[in-house]
Amino acid sequence: MSAPSAPALSAPRAPLTKKALTADHPTWCPGCGDFAVLASFYKVLEKLNYPQEKIVTFAGIGCSSRFPYFVNSHGGHYIHGRSLPFAAGITLGRDDLHVFVFGGDGDGFSIGGNHLVHTARKNPRMTYVIMDNSVYGLTKKQTSPTSPLGFKSKTDPWGAYDQPINPMRTLINSGATFVARSHASQVNHMVDMMHRAAQHDGFSVVEILSECVEFFEGAFDAANPRKGGAFPVIDLKKHDGTPEDAARHDPSDELAAFQLALEPWPGKFGVYYENKVRPTKNALEQKLIANTREKTKHASDLDLLQKTFARMR
Amino acid sequence: MVSLNSSETPGDKPSQPASRILNDVVIRLAGNSQDGIQAVGGFLARLAGRSAQEVMTYMTIPSTISGGPSIFQVRMGTGDILSAGDRADVLVAFYQHSYESHRAALRPGGVLLYDSDHVQPNPEDKEITAVGVPMTSATVEAVGGSGKEKGKNIYVLGLIARMFDLNVPKLTQLIKERFGGKNEDIVRNALLAFDAGHAYPAENLHHCLYRLDQPAPDPSARPQVTTDGNTAITYGLITAGVRHGAGYPITPWSSIMETLRTELPKYGGIFVQCEDEIAAISTALGFSYGGNLAITGSSGPGLSLKAEALGWAVMAEIPLVVVNVQRGGPSTGLPTNIEQSDLMQAIYGSHGDAPRVVLAPQTVEDCFYTAIEAARLAREFSTPVIILTDQALATRIEAFDEPDLPKLMIEAKPDLSPRPATFKPYPLDGQTRHAPPGAVMGSGKYPTVTGLEHDEMGHPTANPALHTQMTAKRREKIKAVAATFTVPEVFGDPSGDVLLIGWGCTYGPIHESVARLQASGLKVGHLHIRHINPLVPGLETIFARYKHIRVIEINDEGLYGYGQLTTLLRARFCNPAIASITKTDGLTFRVSEIVELVAKNLGLTAIKTGARKQSVLAGPDHA
Repeated sequence: MSAPSAPALSAPRAPLTKKALTADHPTWCPGCGDFAVLASFYKVLEKLNYPQEKIVTFAGIGCSSRFPYFVNSHGGHYIHGRSLPFAAGITLGRDDLHVFVFGGDGDGFSIGGNHLVHTARKNPRMTYVIMDNSVYGLTKKQTSPTSPLGFKSKTDPWGAYDQPINPMRTLINSGATFVARSHASQVNHMVDMMHRAAQHDGFSVVEILSECVEFFEGAFDAANPRKGGAFPVIDLKKHDGTPEDAARHDPSDELAAFQLALEPWPGKFGVYYENKVRPTKNALEQKLIANTREKTKHASDLDLLQKTFARMR
Repeated sequence: MVSLNSSETPGDKPSQPASRILNDVVIRLAGNSQDGIQAVGGFLARLAGRSAQEVMTYMTIPSTISGGPSIFQVRMGTGDILSAGDRADVLVAFYQHSYESHRAALRPGGVLLYDSDHVQPNPEDKEITAVGVPMTSATVEAVGGSGKEKGKNIYVLGLIARMFDLNVPKLTQLIKERFGGKNEDIVRNALLAFDAGHAYPAENLHHCLYRLDQPAPDPSARPQVTTDGNTAITYGLITAGVRHGAGYPITPWSSIMETLRTELPKYGGIFVQCEDEIAAISTALGFSYGGNLAITGSSGPGLSLKAEALGWAVMAEIPLVVVNVQRGGPSTGLPTNIEQSDLMQAIYGSHGDAPRVVLAPQTVEDCFYTAIEAARLAREFSTPVIILTDQALATRIEAFDEPDLPKLMIEAKPDLSPRPATFKPYPLDGQTRHAPPGAVMGSGKYPTVTGLEHDEMGHPTANPALHTQMTAKRREKIKAVAATFTVPEVFGDPSGDVLLIGWGCTYGPIHESVARLQASGLKVGHLHIRHINPLVPGLETIFARYKHIRVIEINDEGLYGYGQLTTLLRARFCNPAIASITKTDGLTFRVSEIVELVAKNLGLTAIKTGARKQSVLAGPDHA
């Protein structure tokens, strides 16, 4: 009953288009990096071409968390920081759905930090896109958990001095099975990362540096070639036996991924870590159900219940 | 002078071998939490259930990890057994501290059964019959070998079976069922211990031999089942088709989540243990959003943590069942004691105007049916429903008619049918019907459920008129739930001097106190409120028939002199006859306590509490 089959469709489906996927006009400020993330996400969905009714977009609270209103799919706008456990309930109860969660750095790394760690460790099948602008934008410029040292905000007018979170390090350390990083100025790269994340069987996370032009302008210029920066992409191992392949990154190597995460900011972009071995919580729960039902010889619900009450006599 | 549990059998001589016949006895077992006295109590309770006798139990457990004083009280007999009994007829004392702490709970004429290896009772105490049995050494001797005293509890069960001529084949069967499946040695040792206790010489028991009156068998009666309130809630939810849930451990809620975690996979379901209370309600809401009504639960402090998400569920109109097993508060408070101090939190706890349904079961049996009702209301009205139970109901064992499961069983599946083009996620002129993902939208527009105030299509809006309309919609929805409730029946006098109102675990003692108060010439009624929010209809006319209304609650009288339900009822009915009788000692109400407090509250001086002073075990010497 956990994964009911979709109702039969009489007509063949038209491919998913950006037009079909577009909902409300975004409420973001002009120039916000999140527009590009949204446009890239449409492209990813076009490529994946899932049945539209099976796509779920969910979010917590923050500028980027408005995302679900702008995607024409089943979705929801939950409370601050708690969208991951909510989405875990969606995907575990309904294995037939494609669940995408969106949020910002405050939502994910601050108020939702504990959930991030535990969702990573449990590995439910879903994709989490973090639009990191390193500032609280919706509440108008307070220090965020990824604000760099020295960032002047309304809560640290003299410059932030709390050590910021390193998202890649935190995610790898917590056991997320797909960890990637991108930049909102790099549409093709974003599409590639989100596409790979969506196809990963497990908890996949993409951190996208997405500039807040209102409250932290130029935050990510160092990684934007159009602003004089550099966009160093992780060269993934091809396993082709060539000498140059030895220097490439093996995303299944957790230690190498962690070392990559330790590189000084702005660091590299691409797939840091991918674990294709660890089973998802979805699979483990279904296995538990299958094993348990094997033991009860697939007794009907009523039989099981009646036997339980008979034991209480 | 009427005494509800009066069971003296005058004329019966306590001569051997004829046992005196009793129709009601209260046994208190006092030891430490690791002694397995709960198991003994459980066996006695289940035996009573299997013998179609009424049974009620009461237990206290320490909040320490292991060890600490613990008691289990079981009252069994024929006729209505509604409370665990105020004082005991038999006290089984494992240790000196058990004897010292609980001697006062023994009625004059009662029997003290003590472990002579550990206890030295006061030799001057002639009010009771003291029977020393070397429980520890006799158990070691019976089980042999290892010298472990494990099984002492089962030895005591054998002693009690001997004293009360209990049905040995049935008890042996219960022991085998309980320990079967484990190591063969465990069953064997348990039976050895039981037999040794049961074979204890009658003369050494000072001929304290009794027999419980057996009710005439009723062939048409349903079989009795015996269980506790938390288990009843758990299986009520499963009967109601709830297959998904999430939780975080907290006493006294944990046993519900433990059972659901192991049971739901058998039914194809999933229960998730989460990293915290907030994640638990969030995951449960995720299940519900997916179209499978889910359950989460906690005790008071955990409900506080869940409060923000609960507000979201009200705003987004997502169905959910939340169990709150109340304990003493605030904060960590009294984790293993009873208190009814979460009523306001259950009704109002969140932020903003967030109406939801709150139900309060009154007996263990009612825990089962309340769970079914909660699931039905959550689905029908697309709303969170809180089941407000408490530590006393959670741990108490009662026997009740086995539910008609084929009739009650619900098979629930997500409704993934395509929604028509006219579908609105939040219609102003009708009931919100959540469309779970997987449902094709005829309009081509897919809904976003949201905690922001929204229009009918779910779009965020701060439009003043819409917020007014949507707030009213959510309020009227919960008001409409009341139409599904039936007007409760008053027990006792339908009009008169005083109406006693209670909620939750106090049902039994209030019920029993009615007859005792009536015996003093008062016209007394009892009304138990199961539907807390919205309130059950018809109360106004019932209230009008009594001079005084006293709401009996296990919580504080607050700054203005009224308990939590009393405050609500006074605000709702503006009836000055409504006042409170409250207490905050972390214990359930005793019948005599209610009788005394009501009498005092009404300014009656000459009232007799009607409590049985003498133990039913009292022989002519004590009478």
